[in-house]
Amino acid sequence: MDIHEYQAKELLANFGVPVPRGGVAYTAEQAMFRAEEIGGSRWVVKAQIHSGARGRAGGVKVCDSEHEVRLAAGDLLGKRLVTHQTGPAGKVVHRLYVEEAVAIAREIYLGLVLDRREERVCVVAAPEGGVEIEEIARDRPDTIMREVIEPAVGMQPFQARELAFGLGVRPSEVNQAVKAIIGAYKAFRDLDATMVEINPLAVTVAGKVLALDAKMTFDDNALFRRPNVSELRDYAEEDPRDAEASKHGLSYIALDGAIGCIVNGAGLAMATMDMIKHAGGEPANFLDIGGGASPERVAAAFQLVLSDPRVRVVLVNIFAGINRCDWVAQGIVQAAGSMSVQVPVVARLAGTNVEEGRRILRESGLPIVAAADLADAARQAVLALERRGASPNGATNGAA
Amino acid sequence: MSILIDETTPVIFQGFTGDKATFHAREALAYGTRLVGGVTPGKGGTRHLGLPVFDTVKAAVRATGATASGIFVPAPFCADAIMEAADAGVRLIVCITDGIPAQDMIRVKRYMRRYPRERKPVLIGPNCAGVISAGRAMIGIMPGHIYTRGRIGIVSRSGTLGYEAASQMQALGLGVTSSVGIGGDPINGSSFVDILALFEEDDDTDAVMMIGEIGGPQEAEASLFVRDHMSKPVVGYVAGLTAPAGRRMGHAGAIISAFGDSAAEKAEIMRASGLVVAPSPAELGGAMALALARQGPAAMAVHA
Repeated sequence: MDIHEYQAKELLANFGVPVPRGGVAYTAEQAMFRAEEIGGSRWVVKAQIHSGARGRAGGVKVCDSEHEVRLAAGDLLGKRLVTHQTGPAGKVVHRLYVEEAVAIAREIYLGLVLDRREERVCVVAAPEGGVEIEEIARDRPDTIMREVIEPAVGMQPFQARELAFGLGVRPSEVNQAVKAIIGAYKAFRDLDATMVEINPLAVTVAGKVLALDAKMTFDDNALFRRPNVSELRDYAEEDPRDAEASKHGLSYIALDGAIGCIVNGAGLAMATMDMIKHAGGEPANFLDIGGGASPERVAAAFQLVLSDPRVRVVLVNIFAGINRCDWVAQGIVQAAGSMSVQVPVVARLAGTNVEEGRRILRESGLPIVAAADLADAARQAVLALERRGASPNGATNGAA
Repeated sequence: MSILIDETTPVIFQGFTGDKATFHAREALAYGTRLVGGVTPGKGGTRHLGLPVFDTVKAAVRATGATASGIFVPAPFCADAIMEAADAGVRLIVCITDGIPAQDMIRVKRYMRRYPRERKPVLIGPNCAGVISAGRAMIGIMPGHIYTRGRIGIVSRSGTLGYEAASQMQALGLGVTSSVGIGGDPINGSSFVDILALFEEDDDTDAVMMIGEIGGPQEAEASLFVRDHMSKPVVGYVAGLTAPAGRRMGHAGAIISAFGDSAAEKAEIMRASGLVVAPSPAELGGAMALALARQGPAAMAVHA
């Protein structure tokens, strides 16, 4: 789960990471009021969407008067920002963060991640921040410093000091940097984060260390024990279909093709997408119905897949272990009966109770194409699409 | 023979009296697994499926001599259950449950480091299909009938893709020694390398099918292991060629977030390391037949 910059800053500040003074605003008037509250003569108005690179997309504005703050806020609210992380559709700005502007002497990159090779938390830092870590890794890989954290004792001050001195922080500012680094680590650990990124961690002209931007991602599996984190979820930032899917215990990701997929197991779901591509088609989605799926859950999966107007064929691929083919078949029949499914359905069933499942589909009288195996299923789906007069890759797809 | 388990391995289930464990305990017993009891704290002294229930893993091990455990407890309690099994001296711990917090797994892996190599338990999973030795025994959730006894080892992150591989090989008349699901989490117990090493040492395994997916360094590490340390042919496949970067594809660990995480990059490393890479998930069996044919007619004859 992702959260907004202002939320991340608030969480990090609770762990001792110094952040500039700021306040959230939902209207232009509120933004102006925040600027007044913060005081000073220069502010930054920042669009709050779940994406990096907001500055380049025009989502960050520096203002020299409260009037300018109001204008900038009015301009940003409701605007659709497109960054390389949002995809071409972009994201609409509903919230702003108004902050005191500070004079920056230098910018540092600081990130914390789960290191899968070490199986530990790893702190990554680079002396030149303000650009994306991918860029630093490409252009100046030897400037990147890493500290792996021993989980039994947690991050030690010497590790943060090594980083701070290694980053070239001046001795008079090292203690502040150490406090920021340790604070970020404690926030990561105590809130079950999977990623914390402070980019940049700035040293101001006045000699203060401040987190100027902050991004946090949390472990979905740990949200049950982090109620103060889960309440920060902003549903406006998520694809409504993702939210609908998780309500039914389904895992769904929308893609661009015309062949909708309903599969059990994440690996098989990815492989089914690969197979469709291999057969000359494009998948419309990733969808894992999970283990022990009831007929109702399968019906919900159909509804979800068909809510995408680009979907012109549905491919069901079930290899039942913990699942039961007869339940899946009942779900298909139930969905087809209640929603008058207008698109061809290709179904491949294998595993537990497969005979019973196939019988249910056969006897339903529904126009469902039974596929013998994975390759056959993908082939039949692409064929069905071609028969509907659509290009298999979905490019010339008209109104469904 | 087989790896990790066979029909003589005494097995307990943790979370034994729950619905899922009960269902899969019945399946395991029907398959021939030597299930000797289970653990549910607070239900010690009762019986379930005709087998004794214990309050603690230590008590279960003491009374039954169990050396393997299947963990079916809910995710918030799994890290605790895994460490309890390790502390009780269980040799093989198979954690089926999904949804365990990553930092819990960091703690578990740190805890396991206290054991010297020869006493370190083998952890499979979490978020996995489990382990099956064809026609002998299983700790897991796989449909047993798709595994015919034979001489191919399977190791897969995904459960269902492991089934797909087994059934494609069954269709070609190729059987299986053991199949291991190592799970889809970013931090897991045994890695591909750990399981490949076991198959390399197993006299009854002639070749191995390895099925990876996007995300993480394990497939690349395994490819180098195959190149440097394995004499047996290995067939590889990586799911997720069409997966977009930065999106989590169902499994917590299946996300392209770093260089080398994509399916194409992993498949390339496999190919460069001498693995036969299946061009599509429908050709897992076919690629294995090809790899065996390259070994010469003698190898194929054994499998006919």
